[in-house]
This record gives sequence, structure tokens and C-alpha cells, in this order.
Amino acid sequence: MKKQNELPNSKQSSWVSFLLVLAFLALVFYLDQIIKPTNKMYMLMTVLQKGSVYALAAVSMNLLNGYTGLFSLGHAGFMLIGAYTYAIFTIPSSARDTVYQYFDAAIRFSFPEAFSNVMGPAGTALGVLVAVILAGLLAAFFAYLIGLPVLRLKSDYLAIATLGFAEIIRAVFQWQKLGPITNGSNLLKSFARTSKFKLEVGDTKLVLSTFVPVLIATVSIIIIVKLVNSTYGRAFKAIRDDEVAAEAMGINLARHKMISFTVSSFFAGVSGAMMAMVLSIAQASNFKSAMTYEILLMVVLGGIGSTSGSVIGSFLFVAASEWWLRGLDSGTFLGINAPGVFRNGFRLVVFSIIIMIVVLFFRKGIMGEREISDLFRSRKKKAKGAAQ
Amino acid sequence: MAKTILPYVISGISVGGQYALIAIGYTMVYGILRLINFAHGDVFMVAGLLMVYLAASLPLYVSIPLVILLTVLLGFTIERVAYRPLRTAPRMSVMISAIGVSYLLQNLALYITGGLNKNYPQIPWISDRVTVLGMETSRVTIITPFLTIVLVVLLVLLINHTKIGMAMRAVSLNFETSQLMGIRINNVISATFIIGTFLAAVGSMLFFTNYPGVVPTSGAMPGLKAFVAAVFGGIGSIPGAVIGAFIIGIAESLIKGLDTILIVHGTIAEQIGFATFSDAFTFILLIIVLVFKPTGLFGEKTTDKV
Repeated sequence: MKKQNELPNSKQSSWVSFLLVLAFLALVFYLDQIIKPTNKMYMLMTVLQKGSVYALAAVSMNLLNGYTGLFSLGHAGFMLIGAYTYAIFTIPSSARDTVYQYFDAAIRFSFPEAFSNVMGPAGTALGVLVAVILAGLLAAFFAYLIGLPVLRLKSDYLAIATLGFAEIIRAVFQWQKLGPITNGSNLLKSFARTSKFKLEVGDTKLVLSTFVPVLIATVSIIIIVKLVNSTYGRAFKAIRDDEVAAEAMGINLARHKMISFTVSSFFAGVSGAMMAMVLSIAQASNFKSAMTYEILLMVVLGGIGSTSGSVIGSFLFVAASEWWLRGLDSGTFLGINAPGVFRNGFRLVVFSIIIMIVVLFFRKGIMGEREISDLFRSRKKKAKGAAQ
Repeated sequence: MAKTILPYVISGISVGGQYALIAIGYTMVYGILRLINFAHGDVFMVAGLLMVYLAASLPLYVSIPLVILLTVLLGFTIERVAYRPLRTAPRMSVMISAIGVSYLLQNLALYITGGLNKNYPQIPWISDRVTVLGMETSRVTIITPFLTIVLVVLLVLLINHTKIGMAMRAVSLNFETSQLMGIRINNVISATFIIGTFLAAVGSMLFFTNYPGVVPTSGAMPGLKAFVAAVFGGIGSIPGAVIGAFIIGIAESLIKGLDTILIVHGTIAEQIGFATFSDAFTFILLIIVLVFKPTGLFGEKTTDKV
């Protein structure tokens, strides 16, 4: 059990972390301006963009699997709902017919367009925001419906039932009969995407393509952290540690499980929307159970039950698979040139072996159940103890 | 009417037999370790790939036993390396390890095949075309259900009448007590994995003969469906898994052909696209079973102890 009493200097430390977050956002904003897509370091921006998508997905999964002890494998399904909702409601009307080339589009409404007609450029940003929130809400609504029957199940049955729901959702979204809404099994494109996000101040155009996803992820993760540290969060942990004892203490199991499940799915939906805007396409066939497994492995890598661990885990995962281990796929790695061995796919093999090593020998992951702030706290305490 | 449905029923029985062979591996492992072996479907895929590579250079009478041997070895090794060290760990860790193994096997297959579809070799005699009840099909479709039933009967005999079978029943009933009774549970668990992967290897030969080829993700869906079959029949029960697999196979095949059947019957005028739901149906069935009868058709009831 973690200690739950707040330290006296918690107000001060929350200010420090607030300033650190602001500094980080400012840095990302600055990098966005100086690193152009042609730059060699643009890989860093790609990692930041995709990393923030996965970080939010991993943190929201951790809320469920790590803090509440509900082993759910339906994340890809909720992300799919989020991605499609966002995509459908931000396609501009001029592009509708080209996107829905085989169908007669049923929804012809775009939030960014509707708001910008009223409020000008600021309306576009508001429209994107509204679409992202709607994506989350719809995912949460489906989670509520699914949760009613499924949350009564125990551990591995819950896992397989949620996995099944994700597969059902994927099939429904690919159904030809729903083509006018979901475009059938064809992909959705031309909607509001990060590569087009710009802020015009006078004559200068400020690039926001990395800043926006990082900002959404940061705000969402802060909200999740607040929830985890609230009385609800403590109830979640109590359920995780011992369901029967938690119920005896007066915690309403069904209600708290449902809250955890819907909130987690809300943010899964938001991360799905972010994934759509970063990748600039949305296609149901991408949201397979393999995606859920990858997110789960990120959570495990960072440490189940640690929010900062999930963030670190997902950025490491994305950076390693997209950037650092690239050489393993293209012939040369760390100066060793062996095109016979280092060919397409070797990166993922090495990567999955690393993951297996973590799963088998470092079961606690990078952070265990600690947070980054705990590391500083314990060090301070040690220093105090030494001084006395 | 009957003539339009019959082909779907026959191919459904055949697919059901193949699922049954995989489902037994799930249900036996779950019965003993309480673990959903997520890697089992990928072992099935690896068996398919081994066949592709071995049959390219060796004659069939060598490659078929070799494929079975290597697959069994793989199942045995996975248990040794990935599950045995976690025997005392929480169940979630073992399940994550199983997901990790599945991820590794898929990526390894992706690396070796280059992500390309590998054509499954023609096995003479069983992939020949035959005509049964006025419809043409490959011989494997007819053989599969019979072979499945023979193997299942042998397995049930093994479990009910041999020493190792008795040990398996004891371990699945109570892990710790059977250890105290002098049963070497590690050997029993290894035997379970060997039997499970053996049947999966046989199942893969029957399954892939009817399909154009093997890709790294070929194992995922049949694996999940076989697991659902095991849950449907009552996890831990071998006859339950087999019956569940046949029901799922037939239902899936009928849904794939539902458009055609309904058009012939005159109920609907044009394609509705029910085939999209042939995979999803399995999971709808699973959720209905879990909500209304969580122990499945033949499962025993368990109670929670504080």
C-alpha cells in the first residue's frame, strides 16, 4: 500500500510540477517552430506526436488495468470509435464526396467549418476541440453500454469479453450497410489533421503540428492524475487490492468499476481522435487487438500502476520502434553492416525479445508503482535523515 | 433450400473440427494453469509456416512428422521459458507473458516471411477434390470431423485411463494438494502443453490445406475463436470444447453464406453484407454465454472464497 497522507509541502511541489509542465509545453512549441519536416531531427517530432497519442492511451489503460485491477483488452475498439467520430465530424464539406466515393454521405456536418463560419479562425480550433471531446464522449457512452453486462465478469473472462467487444465494434464499422456514415471498409481522410494546424500572428505562421497533440495529451493525463489522487482513485486501488474487503468498507463496486471503465474509455476515445489527426487517416482495419496488446506492453514496460511509468514506457516504446532501432531494419545498426540479418522486421523481433525480458525478469517495469515525484521525495527524505 | 444450406453446413463442420483441435489446447491449459494461453493461436500459425518451409525441401512423409515434432518442441519451450518462471506470480503477469510470446512469435514470423503470404503445400490425397451428396469439395473437409472425433476419443481415454491422465485431473482439481500427493506438477504441465500443441499442429495441417496460405496473423483469429469455443463448452471440459467448436464453426459458416441463402430463399432482394459479422458473431455468442451462463455448457461451478 502506498502512503496516502499528503506531505506538508505538497502545495509547493504541485506548483513546481505545474511550472515543469509549462516549460515542457513551451519547449515543444519552440521545437515545432525550428524543426522543419525536411530536417534530420524531424524524427524527434514524429516520436513526440505518436508518443503523446500512445502515452494517453497507455495512461488510460493503466487507470483500468493498473489502478482498478480490471484486466480489459478492449482499448483498440474505443480508440476506433474516437478516431471515426473525430474524422467524420471534421471532414470539410468540399471534400465529403471525394472521401465517400462509393456512398452517399449521410453526415454532412463539420464542427471546425460550422464554428469558423461564426467565429472566424478561432472557431476552427474550437471545432477541433469539440470534435475531440465528442469522440471521447461517444467512446465513453459505448463503454457504459458494454460495461453493464461485462463488468460483472472476473479477471480473464473480462479480458476476453472486452477483446471480443473490440472485434465486434471493428466489424460494425466495416459493415457496407453503414457505409454512408463510416465509409464501409474504406479509409477516411481529408479531415482536420495536425500537419495543417497553424496559428497566424500577423504575417508569421506558427506551426502547431506537434504542440496540439502534446497539449491534449498533457491536459488529459493531468485530469487522470487528479482522478487517481482523489477519493475515487483510492476506492479504485482498494478494489484492485481486495474486492471483498473494499465492498465491506462500503465501496460500491459496480459504480466505481463503471466510473473507471467509462473514464478510461473516454480518454481512449480522445487518444483515438489524436491518432487520427496525427496519422491523417482513419481506417477500422488498423485497430486490431494487436494495437491493444502493444498499449498493454507499454504499460507493462513502464510499470503497472504508475502513471509516469506509462508515459515513459510509451515514449520509449515509440522512440525505440520508430527511431532508435530503425537501423535494424535498414542494414546498418551501431556501425555494423549486415544487410542479410538487419532486414525488414528485425527491429520488431529484437524489440519483442526486449519486452519478453522485461516481462519475465523485471516484472515491475521501469517505475514499479512509483511516480516520478516519489523518486524526488524519497531522496529528500534520505538527505534529511543523513543530516540529523 | 436444403441444397443451398448443405455446403455451408458441411464446410462449417469441417472448420468446427479444426477449431476443436485448437480449443482442446486452450481448455486443457486453462483447466490446469488457469491461464488463457494467448500464444496458442500463434503456435498454430508457426506450425503452418514450418510446413511451408519444410515441405519445400523435404518429402512429405518426413516433413509432416517433423512439423509435428518441432511444434510440440515449441510449445514445450514456451511453457519452460515464459510460463514456468512465473508460476508463483499473479495471474495477470502470466497472461501478459502469454501476450508477449504471441507478439514475439508474430514478429518473428513477419521477419522470416517478410510479411508475404506463403502458399501452403498441397498434401496429396487429402487436398484432392471429391463429390459428396452432390456437391464438390476437397477430401480434407470430409476427413476433418472424423479425424477430430478419433483424436478426441483417444485423448479422453488417455485422460481417464492412464497415470498421466489421472495426474492431470488431480492437478486441475487442486494444484497444491496434488503437489503434496507426490505429483510432479511440472511434468504434468509439460505433458499438457505437449498434447495441446500436438493437436494444434494436426489442426493447422487440416486448416491451412483449405486456405490459400499462411501470413503472420493467420493464427490470431482461429486462436481466439477456439478459445471462445472452449469457454462456450465450459472451460476445462474437453467434450464441451469440441461441441462448442462445432457449433461455432457451423454458425460462422452459415453467417458467411447467409446473404446467398436468404436471396435464394427470397427473403431479401440484395446483399446485406452479413459476412462482415462472421468473426464478430463468435464474440457476440461469447458475451451472451458469459452473461447468462458463465460456466459454459459443461463447466463446473466455482465459488469465490474470501
